[in-house]
Amino acid sequence: MDFDWMKIPYAFLTLFIVVNYGFLLNAFIQKIGARVGRRHGIPIWQNYADMFKNYGLRSSITHGVMFYLGPVFRLSGGVGLILFVPIIYGSTMFSNMSFAGDLILALYFIFFGTLGMALGAGESGHPHAAIGITRGLSQVTTAELPFALAVFSVALQYQTLSVTDIVAAQQGGVLNWTLFTNPLAVSAAMLSFLGSMMRPPFDVVIAPQEIPIGPPTEYHSSYLALMQTNRAIFPIAKIVIYMNLFFGGATDWPTFFFKVFMIYLWSAFVGVVFPRFRVEQSIRWFLIWAVPLGVLSIVMV
Amino acid sequence: MMRALHDRLNALFPLGELTEQRPDLAFLTVPREHLRSIILHLRDLEGFSHLVLLTAVDWLEEGNFQLTYLLSNRGKAVDLGLRVMIPRDGASMDSIHDIWPTAATYQRELREMFGIQFPDSPGVNDDFILEGWIDMPPYRRDFDTKAFSAKTFKEREGRMTTDPEQHMKQQLYPDGA
Amino acid sequence: MMREELKIRVVKGPDGVEFEVDPLRDYFCEAPPASHPPAYAKIVEDLFNWARSHSLWILGFGTGCGAIEMRPLMTPRFDAYRYGIAWRPTPRQANLLVISGYLSVKTLKRAIRAYEQMQNPKYVVGLGSCTINGGMYWDSYNTIKRLDDYMPVDLYITGCMPRPEALLQGFEDLKKLIRAGKAEGANQYAEKFEWYKANQKQVIHDWDMPDYNW
Repeated sequence: MDFDWMKIPYAFLTLFIVVNYGFLLNAFIQKIGARVGRRHGIPIWQNYADMFKNYGLRSSITHGVMFYLGPVFRLSGGVGLILFVPIIYGSTMFSNMSFAGDLILALYFIFFGTLGMALGAGESGHPHAAIGITRGLSQVTTAELPFALAVFSVALQYQTLSVTDIVAAQQGGVLNWTLFTNPLAVSAAMLSFLGSMMRPPFDVVIAPQEIPIGPPTEYHSSYLALMQTNRAIFPIAKIVIYMNLFFGGATDWPTFFFKVFMIYLWSAFVGVVFPRFRVEQSIRWFLIWAVPLGVLSIVMV
Repeated sequence: MMRALHDRLNALFPLGELTEQRPDLAFLTVPREHLRSIILHLRDLEGFSHLVLLTAVDWLEEGNFQLTYLLSNRGKAVDLGLRVMIPRDGASMDSIHDIWPTAATYQRELREMFGIQFPDSPGVNDDFILEGWIDMPPYRRDFDTKAFSAKTFKEREGRMTTDPEQHMKQQLYPDGA
Repeated sequence: MMREELKIRVVKGPDGVEFEVDPLRDYFCEAPPASHPPAYAKIVEDLFNWARSHSLWILGFGTGCGAIEMRPLMTPRFDAYRYGIAWRPTPRQANLLVISGYLSVKTLKRAIRAYEQMQNPKYVVGLGSCTINGGMYWDSYNTIKRLDDYMPVDLYITGCMPRPEALLQGFEDLKKLIRAGKAEGANQYAEKFEWYKANQKQVIHDWDMPDYNW
């Protein structure tokens, strides 16, 4: 078997960069949100302090094996997404483990963490966990639907399931991006993007003071810290997929940082403008506005 | 208007004194055995559809509890308080929860805070505000709050109380001017 | 005197087998709290203490009128978030319990439950005169007068009520305590557990819950 062992340390390096960028970017986006509300906002290193504190808590309580595995699943969803998607196109160092069918795998990983959380939260025995996870899963599912349709549309368009090939097809000028060659799919996916970034108007499922805060209610100490780490990785991983599929990928780190930031800013921009939707409202919104776009994009291709 | 209402009621029931507080607020003392029929009369025929509150006053010296049923006529924007005197010893009163369900909550509170019994009122013996109360009902005037507090809760040393008037005088005019 | 749902009862499972449930034993842990002294090398503990001091997560639980002074801290005018102070909805994730004002016996019971569910480095701030010596409720039949008899208090903020600025100053002082490694209330609670429990049971007459809730 032909496997380049150097890929493993390279992958760790990628992960390291992505984690730190994720922490800083999350804080930065929160700061933008705060500035819009005329607040000063959290310090840029706040997420590090929170994470260290949670890892440093001296006691923790477990409710069983699944409770422990929930955050682990969630984190492996994020890490897996990073590892199997080419971060920097054309770079041997940062293409990671991408392979021919990785698009399907990526779709799977996006969902994987949420399912893990569902199992873990069920084990916690918290009476509101079930309703919380139901709300979360139903919203994520409807938000994923237009994205999945858009992905199929893009895969049909380029006749491949490999992210690397899709990026390769978009090289050579801005007008080659899927954004311009298949705008319907991109708009469906970008609407879906809003739903999965856990920012307003679609963040009611994780709103801290909601009665059923849901899955994370019982999570604390290291469990919570694992989930926080994932909160840093996952948005970046997800944005990377969007960037690769629709915005021509990135060929070096500065482009990567810039594009990821701009795509993240899209959800922050919408988030500060619109108030929260209730879960049933957001589900209806996705089904009415985003899904038809996705269907249309497949039909057009 | 209150006078007219009083006259109408007086023709039907034996009533006590009428106190007119404001043009739209009056209090009327009624005998306890007629309370129920007066309330029903007021509610069904005079338009006093709303029970604003039910509360008690402890007349320790006379040995009485005064129950005040404050009724409101929403249409005419007038309030009428019905006062009922009941003996303090073994205080007990008929429940009116079937006329206004909200009364059950007030009665529960009165049972807990004043020790007035309301037989047949739903849930009247459940804890309302206090949990695990062991002394006499705390709103009775012969209950010594300060002594109970000193006995039950540990104090911190060094607490000092000053008379505000004297203290400010001392602060502002130290020379006694 | 236990609550109805905490009494031993016989339950019939979905498979038809009857079994006995003792909620106190089955749903709660019987073990008393354990003391967790700082375990790592000094430099690691210093890092953790720094992180702890910059990440104060307050349990969203207001006990008295002082809770009204906490709300402005979230607003643009005071914006406590820039000091690393945030509010969490569950005691599992919070590490700072602010007793905001007078504490009636009934609320004390809930406050103890919330406190015991928090995880080990945890801090208590008593806010306002009422938590210190009873304040204006010093002769009330239903409020406690010394908070530190019932849970380990790291810091008191005086005033009736203290302004939000005073709270921010208090939190800054708490941060200094944490960074100096002096805020070990959780361990103190574990070590003097018997004493705290005796004090708590002295005022809570209907103790209808497990001795330690977590």
